Amino acid sequence: MSMSDEGELAIANMGFVRREQLPPQPPPRRMTGPIGWVRENLLSTPLNIVLTILVALLLAWVIPEIVNFLFIDAVWTGMDRDACREVVQHREIGACWPFVWERLPYFIYGSYPGPERWRVDVFFALLAVAVVWTLWLGAPRRDIGMVYAFVLMPVASFILLHGFEVIGLPVVDTVLWGGVLVTIVVASVGIVASLPLGILLALGRRSHMPAVRLFSTIFIEFVRGVPLVTVLFMASVMLPLFVPDNFEPDKLLRALIGIALFASAYMAEVVRAGLQAIPKGQFEGAMAVGLTYWQRMRLIILPQALKTTIPNIVNNYVALFKDTTLVFIVGIFDLLRTIEVARIDPKWAAPVTSTTGYAVAAIFYLVFCYGMSRYARAVETRLAQSDRR
Amino acid sequence: MNTVASTAPQKRTRLTTPVAVDIINMNKWYGDFHVLRDINLKVMGGERIVICGPSGSGKSTMIRCVNQLEEHQSGRIIVDGVELTNDLKKIDEVRRDVGMVFQHFNLFPHLTVLENCTLAPIWVRKMPKREAEELALRYLKRVKIPEQANKYPGQLSGGQQQRVAIARALCMNPKIMLFDEPTSALDPEMVKEVLDTMVGLADDGMTMLVVTHEMGFARQVANRIVFMDEGQIVESNVPEEFFAHPQHERTKLFLSQILR
Ligand SMILES: Nc1ncnc2c1ncn2[C@@H]1O[C@H](COP(=O)(O)OP(=O)(O)O)[C@@H](O)[C@H]1O
Ligand SMILES: [Mg+2]
Repeated sequence: MSMSDEGELAIANMGFVRREQLPPQPPPRRMTGPIGWVRENLLSTPLNIVLTILVALLLAWVIPEIVNFLFIDAVWTGMDRDACREVVQHREIGACWPFVWERLPYFIYGSYPGPERWRVDVFFALLAVAVVWTLWLGAPRRDIGMVYAFVLMPVASFILLHGFEVIGLPVVDTVLWGGVLVTIVVASVGIVASLPLGILLALGRRSHMPAVRLFSTIFIEFVRGVPLVTVLFMASVMLPLFVPDNFEPDKLLRALIGIALFASAYMAEVVRAGLQAIPKGQFEGAMAVGLTYWQRMRLIILPQALKTTIPNIVNNYVALFKDTTLVFIVGIFDLLRTIEVARIDPKWAAPVTSTTGYAVAAIFYLVFCYGMSRYARAVETRLAQSDRR
Repeated sequence: MNTVASTAPQKRTRLTTPVAVDIINMNKWYGDFHVLRDINLKVMGGERIVICGPSGSGKSTMIRCVNQLEEHQSGRIIVDGVELTNDLKKIDEVRRDVGMVFQHFNLFPHLTVLENCTLAPIWVRKMPKREAEELALRYLKRVKIPEQANKYPGQLSGGQQQRVAIARALCMNPKIMLFDEPTSALDPEMVKEVLDTMVGLADDGMTMLVVTHEMGFARQVANRIVFMDEGQIVESNVPEEFFAHPQHERTKLFLSQILR
């Protein structure tokens, strides 16, 4: 019996029993393939078509400009400003790469003494290992990776960068640190410190102990209520008031504390949102089997809460990474500040010098922040898949 | 159901006192709302109590007081000789020995079935991992799902999840088991597999407090049925009497509705 016969039968007779299974059929052609994708995503409605055209025009205008500046009109070799000046070269001048090339060590290490710069390189390597080990979901023994990233690496890095006479590493005063080194140090301290502190604050804010709850709430709301610049100034001006006179914490440390406190308050709210999404039954299930408070949090609640908030945590980190540029306000030479200093060097004074310097900063921040966003997206996709399990 | 009992572990933790749970003049409020009013209930070791009553009558709240998922404001609750006060140590001690099965299972979705079962023995009882896994597999066998050990709860049917929840509680070798409407969230065809498991437990001599509307189960295993309404215990009797000769008007009304 054909299918349509069966269908008619269904209408004709009140009782109906299907005798054969309908085979699955492929979807219509125009839903699949690249053409299907374009149709679906770029040209689905008149508004969508208009937007697609506008974006295409914008890209056609911007991209050639950027390519011209960075590559085609760029100057690739030269000894000083004359190489990058239109009045001398009599041509359109783009980015002044010899300037960047010459000042690159300064951008990376600041004034960190030349013979000791290998220590910074080792630090970058240690950090890279930590990043890969903790973030790559398929990495072996990620539990050890966590200990490495949150305990071993920070301690080793401090000894390495600051110096430790006993083992023959001369002390390098943090005043000399600068450039990418400082940007990365400030960002990683913020990132590494804010997660545990943020978790504690988030738990504190939901605590049943009124004193703990009050402290956490006041701290979070206060820090979130003032700009980072204010927190940095306070850390820099007020911290010395709380410690004995002969133990004045150094300028970088003060800024690091400011950044860490600031980032923790934001992290606390992200974690709290994650905690709130955990059903009450999970807390009860964990209580009923006899786990203590910290066991419940560590084994049941936080693993679930943090997993769902990874994208938000990373977004927080992206914001923090960019915010680190504000430490120049308390006199610290991060990457942007070293570029600021270098671009006004008379040796390279040319109309394109500043633009080139800022382009370097933009590329640096873009690469890092875009990398973090991509990672967050990838994790999000993976979580969505495992949720459908 | 006797086959279920036969695979049971040989040794079961014995209660140290004859009275498993003693609730004396207990009261509880949610804000101004007097949710439990002067509750008195004595459960002897090995007894199976079924608690029933209309929705909102305080059944869940009462059994949740027994392991202090809810705190009571006045009166006394003594679980196997340990009185529940504000002392967190006492509460932890009681929770270790009292298993609970929830309406919505409350399994840990980020852990496998096996890990769900071994978690508490490892962290609370400090049992070596290998031993905990053997124990867990034994109980998973007992609830008839050893083959699901390495799956995640989300991959199982409701009935299977509830049996895992029972196995998880049993892995702590509890003296007393609390059940809060364990079959209410299940599709009808899965109710039986869970009830069978519970009957097996009862045959095995477990002290049980069960909130349920499964009157067949109540008839079969309960020593006593407690009927609650508006925060009070209205009637309490052995099953035969309870069903044949309900005394209180509200009990009669409730039974007429539920046994239609
Ligand atoms: N956390 C709570 N806060 C306020 N009222 C509650 C809370 N939990 C339960 N109640 C109320 O207490 C009463 C008893 O609830 P419950 O013990 O869950 O009833 P049952 O399990 O018999 O259906 C209900 O009226 C319910 O609305
Ligand atoms: Mg209930």
